[in-house]
Amino acid sequence: MKRRTLLASGAGAATLAMMGLPARAQDKTKVGFVFVGPIGDGGWTFEHNNGRLAVEAAFGDAVETVYAENVPEGPDAERVLTQMVLGGADLIFTTSFGYMESTMNVAAKFPDVKFEHATGYLRADNVSTYSARFYEGRAVQGHIAGNLTKSNKIGYIGSFPIPEVIRGINSAFIHARKVNPDVEFKIVWAFTWFDPAKEADAAKVLIEQGCDVILQHTDSTAPQAAAQAAGNVYTFGQASDMGEYAPMPRVSSIIDNWAPYYVERTQAVMDGTWTSVDTWDGIGRGMVGIGEISDAVPADVKASAEALRDSIASGAYHPFTGPLNKQDGSAWLAEGETADDGTLAGLNFYVEGIDGDIPS
Amino acid sequence: MLTLEKRPQPSKAWVYAAPILAVVITMIVGGGVFALLGKPPLEAIRTIFYDPIFGDFASYSRPQLLIKAGPLILIAIGLSFGFRAGIWNIGAEGQYIMGALAAAGTGLAFYPMEARWLIFPLMILAGFAGGMVWAAIPAFLRIRFKTNEILVSLMLVYVAEAIQASMALNLMRNPDGHGFPGSRNLSQYPSSANLELVANSGVHWGVMAALTAVIFAYFILARHRFGFDVRLAGQSPRAAGFAGVDAGRLIFVCLLISGALAGAAGMFEVSGPAGRVSIDFNVGYGFTAIIVAFLGRLHPVGILIAGLLMALTYIGGELAQLSLGLPGAAIQLFQGMLLFFLLAVDVMTSYRIRFGKTE
Repeated sequence: MKRRTLLASGAGAATLAMMGLPARAQDKTKVGFVFVGPIGDGGWTFEHNNGRLAVEAAFGDAVETVYAENVPEGPDAERVLTQMVLGGADLIFTTSFGYMESTMNVAAKFPDVKFEHATGYLRADNVSTYSARFYEGRAVQGHIAGNLTKSNKIGYIGSFPIPEVIRGINSAFIHARKVNPDVEFKIVWAFTWFDPAKEADAAKVLIEQGCDVILQHTDSTAPQAAAQAAGNVYTFGQASDMGEYAPMPRVSSIIDNWAPYYVERTQAVMDGTWTSVDTWDGIGRGMVGIGEISDAVPADVKASAEALRDSIASGAYHPFTGPLNKQDGSAWLAEGETADDGTLAGLNFYVEGIDGDIPS
Repeated sequence: MLTLEKRPQPSKAWVYAAPILAVVITMIVGGGVFALLGKPPLEAIRTIFYDPIFGDFASYSRPQLLIKAGPLILIAIGLSFGFRAGIWNIGAEGQYIMGALAAAGTGLAFYPMEARWLIFPLMILAGFAGGMVWAAIPAFLRIRFKTNEILVSLMLVYVAEAIQASMALNLMRNPDGHGFPGSRNLSQYPSSANLELVANSGVHWGVMAALTAVIFAYFILARHRFGFDVRLAGQSPRAAGFAGVDAGRLIFVCLLISGALAGAAGMFEVSGPAGRVSIDFNVGYGFTAIIVAFLGRLHPVGILIAGLLMALTYIGGELAQLSLGLPGAAIQLFQGMLLFFLLAVDVMTSYRIRFGKTE
């Protein structure tokens, strides 16, 4: 598919808009992926890349996948996206929150190309959003962490203070407190998704402050390594299983499983049935997996954690079930009431009991 | 046996040959690395250096080259004055951030007033001022307390990053942004938008500023007394002292120029391509510009070419990732090699190789 002639035939935004139009009578469906970290990060991007590989495995020669890694959020992302479209991509997954505006801008210029943006909230006729209910996994982590801690201090490495991260902190805290009323959270903001040096520093600071369990919302295995060096500190794999650190310090993990979704959406493009949707799946539909709970966790705790996981999966239990108050003591959810998705999507406050302020 | 012998005069020919040779060696060694990765080396080199300018979609990527090269050239021109005089401002990244924040703050303060004739020029001035103030700190500390400007300017980058994060989360946060960090989009606010001057050309005000800076720098270095002082101080600080060059004043002016231009680059970026202040809005232009400055031999025209070349490796590198599946790290390695080989080849400018025994 040569689009050179089209490009040469006229300058101006009108041409850009037209470039998406040439009939896609083609042999292969081309699927693009834009990654915020390196595919070898062992966490977030690693799992998205596994999803990409799953698409290749599922469709074989019928698809071609392309990707760009370490793409900064901002104007660079817009350029990479445009280049992907010009290179013939039919469907593009943009796998970080910060790509939201770039995705919308490029999508507006190429109405015939489908875009899927992870963790955002802006949609269009050719832009879907998808995310996973990681907070469900955080509930299980909190449950285990609250049981394991002896110092009653749990460290949490936050990435950016956006609702997704705040949901995770709240969910973990609620379930840690449930099993251990003395538990305290110490939260460090790294302001990065992936920076092994910063993440290691954050983990060390938390360990020095007496935390013996560390939860992370950043993507590298550096906190795991720091915990291993410290000895008696428990961690959880983030985004990926990080099983190389099992059974200690990694005692369990949240695994993002994007593969079924990526395969399903690619299929939809091939069938011509793709429509713009907003997907938010959790443990029940397999988008969030709980990595094997290792032997470092006592058997009864493991059993109750698995029971919690299963009740969330079946829908019998919602991690945000009242009574819950906001940090300032005002009421949020009444007895038995569950949080609605709208509130959760924009969650910007801590629940009662968490010390410290969300950076603002 | 090989020995290096100092040339009585730096070789003129090598001054020009070194960058070209460095690019050629980078292509050869880089091609070797790509081959080891199992990718076709010639095709990879062609994708990086040729396709963005003459490839199928060059009408898109050519303007992108200017957008990417603009801030690099603008910052590198500013740095070149200090570097020539032996004054090492390594913190252009911080000055870039502070210029962007000052400009964005100015623009947001007027929101939603419609007065482009007032607001846009004010933002440019704020960009200059923001970067200048940030560069004045290492300048002052160096002159007053003899602190090392390399360390101070570098450390101030991290301070600037922290201020930037705080701005994106607090003072400049978009009130209509669903609680997400980041400011309003300045490129969508007519009074502050740094738009393309000619549609699809990639030429926005920042690119114009970069070209203007190249021309000004050329004449200042070639014709102006200040340019003479800068060159003299770099070649021989003692001679400069005898010639009546005020060392303190020179440090101050050099750092302020580099700070101002880095701040302006931040201004044009935040009001144009980037559009908004976010927690990590900076993407390393201030550091890459150091490579550009040296690759361009600290000469204005050289910097212009080096900036475009660097932009080419970014955009061509992305194309190589997309079309050949080259890993992103291989591209970064490739860019790093460019500076490495330049420095290595640079030895030839001041030294020559002698075969045989030393006396």
